[in-house]
Amino acid sequence: MPETIPADSVGLIKPQTMHFDQPLELECGRALASCDLVYETYGQLNAARSNAVLICHALSGHHHAAGYHSMDDKRPGWWDNCIGPGKAIDTNRFFVVSINNIGGCHGSTGPSSINPESGQPWGPDFPMVTVKDWVNSQARLADRLGIKRWAAVIGGSLGGMQAMQWAIDYPDRVAHAGVIASAPKLSAQNIAFNEVARQAILTDPNFHGGRYYLHDTYPRQGLILARMVGHITYLSDDAMRAKFGRDLRSGRFHFGFDVEFQVESYLRHQGETFSRNFDANTYLLMTKALDYYDPARYFDNSLVKALEATTCKFLVISFTTDWRFSPSRSEEIVNALVEVGRDVSYAEIDTDKGHDAFLVKIPEYLKLFGAYMHRVANEAETH
Amino acid sequence: MLRPDLEIIRQWIPENARVLDLGCGSGSLLENLAKTRNVQGYGLEIDQSNIAACFERGVNVIEQDIDQGLGNIRDKRFDYVVMTQALQAIHRPDLVLSEMLRVGREAIITFPNFGHWRIRAYLGLKGRMPVSTSLPYQWYDTPNIHLCTVRDFETHCTKNGFCILQREVVDRHHQSGPLTRLLPNLFGEVALYRVTR
Repeated sequence: MPETIPADSVGLIKPQTMHFDQPLELECGRALASCDLVYETYGQLNAARSNAVLICHALSGHHHAAGYHSMDDKRPGWWDNCIGPGKAIDTNRFFVVSINNIGGCHGSTGPSSINPESGQPWGPDFPMVTVKDWVNSQARLADRLGIKRWAAVIGGSLGGMQAMQWAIDYPDRVAHAGVIASAPKLSAQNIAFNEVARQAILTDPNFHGGRYYLHDTYPRQGLILARMVGHITYLSDDAMRAKFGRDLRSGRFHFGFDVEFQVESYLRHQGETFSRNFDANTYLLMTKALDYYDPARYFDNSLVKALEATTCKFLVISFTTDWRFSPSRSEEIVNALVEVGRDVSYAEIDTDKGHDAFLVKIPEYLKLFGAYMHRVANEAETH
Repeated sequence: MLRPDLEIIRQWIPENARVLDLGCGSGSLLENLAKTRNVQGYGLEIDQSNIAACFERGVNVIEQDIDQGLGNIRDKRFDYVVMTQALQAIHRPDLVLSEMLRVGREAIITFPNFGHWRIRAYLGLKGRMPVSTSLPYQWYDTPNIHLCTVRDFETHCTKNGFCILQREVVDRHHQSGPLTRLLPNLFGEVALYRVTR
């Protein structure tokens, strides 16, 4: 709840919607006849249209990356630490576009939208969307905004995968790709955690085969569990120890199954909040998009070959205590890029914040990220 | 302006070479090579303020500890692997040298010559670990844990079958003179080598 808007904030922001009537062909073989994309922009597009930066969101993200929607907002957008005047992604220099991906639940067409054919919410009939599909839909938005080439496409986690996909699928349209706390594909362990989350939702009695909208309910318990297990993978052991340790809410054991340890209380709270604000079908779709992501699959399972088509420069950042997408996963990307001779820079940030670190105000991280983006801005201004 | 020792190295590297710079610092050599020699290079570095400087000037830099090896880079990926003034600060210079010659066709190495007469005199007369402008640390806080002399280095090369293609031994002003040429191990303060296997 900002009393006043901070000086380094992009301020009050109004999301916009772009409607597309051209069918969007999807990787799964189906097509979306029409769709809406919700997005926000921060900063000014320069006359040469060379300073546009695309922000790609992660699993539970959306278009609202920076600033506030109203003076009643408790918190700014999800990447406000990095986007704003004078920040790493400096809105005094960049025109920033942040999109809610299709399949999402924050305004872009997704499972909770109305299927024009049935007049009912899409629910489980919504087609499976992939990172490649998102990138294609984002390219259509770029066309409409008159952006031929992004100064940078940037994202953390699943967002970083979109940045990499942009570099592969649209090499002429990306000058820099920022791949932060990401991986070239999920590991079996990553997929396993996603599957636990999905099963929590799918087996919730209120899921109703994905048509819970018609029953005026939603799989609350399933979403809570999904988020709880997900959240554990976003934090590090160190961060949890520092934040909660074995602290008890009331200072003593109750010898029961109610919330006793602070960490239990925290996870339940995170789960509850999330379940009220996120659509279960979207959660299922997003986790599948993560599982399917593997650009090397189309290139004889060689990441090196997949990256051969790229021409942009890459920034790769990892975080020491991230065990969801550990630094060694980022190094796979870096090594493949060195192998194909692409320009790449890589830093591993020392932090106890785990996977979530990419969202956090960590001075060393912001300094390095800012230094790189400073150069991107310089290049954008001279081209 | 490039540091004088780096200027000597720059002249050793031909146009369009593929260069890896181990411990690239703030990236000035690679930046200069890119501009003047059309070199595509990468630097490895662990100091994050140096990494930030490389980011800013558009030099490819990868955070990687040389002491952990170069196992992520394939054989002969580079034409030149450069390591300036870092040999003496790494855990196993012998292993790093052979790694340099695995991933590169040639290696360029510079180090402070511990055989210089002033260092010998410091230790010989004072009986204390030498401290100088080029080696400004005390014995307890120095990062320089594997200092060597011109003769040590050349003996090592001979023993391991490395071929010295070029050598420049210079004084503190990075000048070579009759004395550094005649008795490099006594009068040279900085040694620069280009070697291959």
